[in-house]
Amino acid sequence: MNNTQEKRIKPQRRIRFNFRNYSMIFMLVLIMIVFAVLTDGVNLNSRNFTNIIIQNSYILILAVGMVLVIIVGNIDLSVGSVVAFIGAISAMLYNSGANMFLTVFLSILVGIVVGMFQGMWIAYAKIPAFIVTLAGMMLFRGLTYIITNVSPIAMKDDNFKQMASGMVNIDALTIGNVYYTAIIIGALVCISYIISETLSRRNKIKYGFEVSSKNAFIFKLVIICAFIMGLSQRFATYRGIPTVVVVLGVTILLFSFLTNNTVIGRYIYAVGGNARSAKLSGINSEFVVFIVHVIMGGLCGLAAIVFTGYMNSALPQAGVNFELDAISACFIGGASTSGGIGTVIGAIVGGFVMAAINNGMSLKNIAAAWQYVVKALVLLLAVFYDIYTRRKSGLG
Amino acid sequence: MSEYILEMHNVTKDFPGVRALENVSLNVRKGEIYSICGENGAGKSTLMSIISGVFPKGTYEGRIILKGKETHYHSVKDSERDGLAIIHQELALSPYLPIYENIFLGHMKTNLGIINWNYYIKESQKYLQRVGLKENPATIVSKIGVGKQQLVEIARALSKKAEILILDEPTSSLNDEDSEKLLQLIIELKNHGITCIMISHKLNEILEIADRVSVLRDGKLISTYDVKNDNIHEAQLIKDMVGRDLTTRFPERKTKPGEIVMEVKNWSVYHPDYHSIKVIDDASFYVRSGEIVAFCGPMGAGRTELMMSIYGKSYGSRSEGELYLFGKKVELHSPREAIAAGLGYLSEDRKNLGLILIQDVKTNISLSSLQKLSHLGIVDGQQEITEAERFKEELKIKTPSIMQLTRNLSGGNQQKVALSRCLLADPEIFIIDEPTRGIDVGAKLEIYHILTNIVERGKSIILVTSELPEALGLANRIYVMNEGRIKGMLHQEEATQEKIMHIALLD
Repeated sequence: MNNTQEKRIKPQRRIRFNFRNYSMIFMLVLIMIVFAVLTDGVNLNSRNFTNIIIQNSYILILAVGMVLVIIVGNIDLSVGSVVAFIGAISAMLYNSGANMFLTVFLSILVGIVVGMFQGMWIAYAKIPAFIVTLAGMMLFRGLTYIITNVSPIAMKDDNFKQMASGMVNIDALTIGNVYYTAIIIGALVCISYIISETLSRRNKIKYGFEVSSKNAFIFKLVIICAFIMGLSQRFATYRGIPTVVVVLGVTILLFSFLTNNTVIGRYIYAVGGNARSAKLSGINSEFVVFIVHVIMGGLCGLAAIVFTGYMNSALPQAGVNFELDAISACFIGGASTSGGIGTVIGAIVGGFVMAAINNGMSLKNIAAAWQYVVKALVLLLAVFYDIYTRRKSGLG
Repeated sequence: MSEYILEMHNVTKDFPGVRALENVSLNVRKGEIYSICGENGAGKSTLMSIISGVFPKGTYEGRIILKGKETHYHSVKDSERDGLAIIHQELALSPYLPIYENIFLGHMKTNLGIINWNYYIKESQKYLQRVGLKENPATIVSKIGVGKQQLVEIARALSKKAEILILDEPTSSLNDEDSEKLLQLIIELKNHGITCIMISHKLNEILEIADRVSVLRDGKLISTYDVKNDNIHEAQLIKDMVGRDLTTRFPERKTKPGEIVMEVKNWSVYHPDYHSIKVIDDASFYVRSGEIVAFCGPMGAGRTELMMSIYGKSYGSRSEGELYLFGKKVELHSPREAIAAGLGYLSEDRKNLGLILIQDVKTNISLSSLQKLSHLGIVDGQQEITEAERFKEELKIKTPSIMQLTRNLSGGNQQKVALSRCLLADPEIFIIDEPTRGIDVGAKLEIYHILTNIVERGKSIILVTSELPEALGLANRIYVMNEGRIKGMLHQEEATQEKIMHIALLD
């Protein structure tokens, strides 16, 4: 095919296509608006916005790993216990004099070793992931109790806390109460986003591939840049960009890239979509499953650092139910229980849907018991909607 | 009442795009052994499914009359009530339950919901004795061999008070000794007044025990013989089974085969679950460059199993034998190693083993070649799209775009996507299993052209096919398999459908 003319998809089809892909984002926006009305806009103020992200960052980090596990067709129930276990180890390391960098490095390394241990049972001994990680859930909770003696470990100083609730700011750029570092970083992100999207679109047109219409393209750019700038404005008017947002952003970018653009990412989708076909196509499917659980382990290590920093101590009871939140986030974000379908961005949006509901109800002083009920219904309905629309459009 | 226990009048059955049965009329006498034979896809199993209610009344045309009454079955359950029992080629026993429970599964009487097991254990012994199976009824079914499992199936049918027994390829998975026992049992049952309808490929068995035999071909009834009075021979049955013209035109080929590139010596494969059963027994063959070698034989001959086993041990618990590629002895432990050694495999089961249906055309095409299409582990998206577009053009894949999910494509186009994946990986030797199964004539012809192009570039193809005209039209040489063995080899010049059937079905 050599024609270099831009091909347009029929507008009608395109709108429906878009809507399905972005329906959870619309859902998130709707939830934010509803709570904005109910709380007189408190949920959108700078301080609350920053808090939502800080309080949910460790769940979102876990959701990034969990979505990979779910795409490959497995599940990981052990992440909560593993977070507690590595949290305790990181606190002990730090208190025994290791510096910040070494502590982070070793914690992630321990996570990778835990992932290798579980991945080995799952991928090579062929024991279902549900069983292995159920055992892991008990095992690492037990080990946490053993090494902590069932009592909290307080951090020796506040440096660790910087990791979770600290901010990234350049002092010279702080004028009055506004932290311009956030605005500048936001602007830089926007510019690089626009450049990369434009280049990719130009490239596609050059090769004669289908692209969306110019208006739709500009509309998309404007919406996403407005979102990024809105976010940085919120940060700038509170205390600046939280360190954890940078950590989370890098994690999301890295794993979005991994799933979309790398060979291993493609293999993850292929093994999850049809393991036997993938195997016959020459993919070492055992190794792919193994590596996914290793990644999950490493991200547990990262989440453990963030959570321990957030609490400023390692708690033996840390991480209870984290696995459920992370799994919910993935499914709300459109992952399929039978594997092969799901995205990192989807899981993050799903995580934010849960976070927004939690936060909004907390602001309205609704009891935690009811929060569970509402979250349960949201999970059910979101997955129902997803399966229903997918069946109608012949996608799954 | 007429002399017939079962009558079929003008039965016609259509599947989307295919007429499976056309105006078939058959009559079965009470207490006889009636055999039906025909090639793969002749419509035998479809006919049996209609009789037994697997296809309910209304999904086919024509009338079935059982014991003088027209049947209106909604499901198999209805036909069982009328004394009809069908025993399928793949046994339908529950593997982890004991023999006695399998015999009475689904038709146990209970007392207020409570089963009297002792009664049923005792009852089961009665039926086991009738079929001549000396096993403790409490033995778990998966622990006994396939031959004995077949007997349990028959005991199960007898316990349902069956008067008509339909056996679909009953001896296909049995060894000679077990087969002989089973045939004797069928005669024994006949002496007790039970009518048997037997579908079989094994002509010697048919002639040994059947009273009458009918031949089906392409959904039509070709002939019916009285085995004893008509003095019928195997050759006549084979002639009736294959008597069809070569209607498809096959592309001409200008190139001649070259050196031997692949040689398999004394290859044996053991069953994945029953480790002592040999699925493939001592197979030896070779392939030259620029050559199409076809593997023919009836269903269950072991063709796919042989190929998958060679393709990096993808089938079987273990294998023996030697494999030489390009003159060097190799051991391939996984498909990955097989691909690296220059093999490519296209599965017969494109939905379960071939494509990833929830992914798009492009992703399916590039799957085996991502290493080539990437730098430092990062996929070159542009190059991937270019390659996918190239195959879409070259192979004329009918799809709105390469972003279309493969599940939304027709069978023929799905097959082309699977072929593209194979082609892009660029192997030296293609193993292509049933490439034209379930696709229409036009697409078939296009696939024949693609295969011809491959060998004209000096590559080799091992073509596994159930369609004899396809093998005759395309292959330089034809290996004929049956019962896990290579029974013979024919060159294109000498090969005919009759000869192939003779080699496969006769000893």
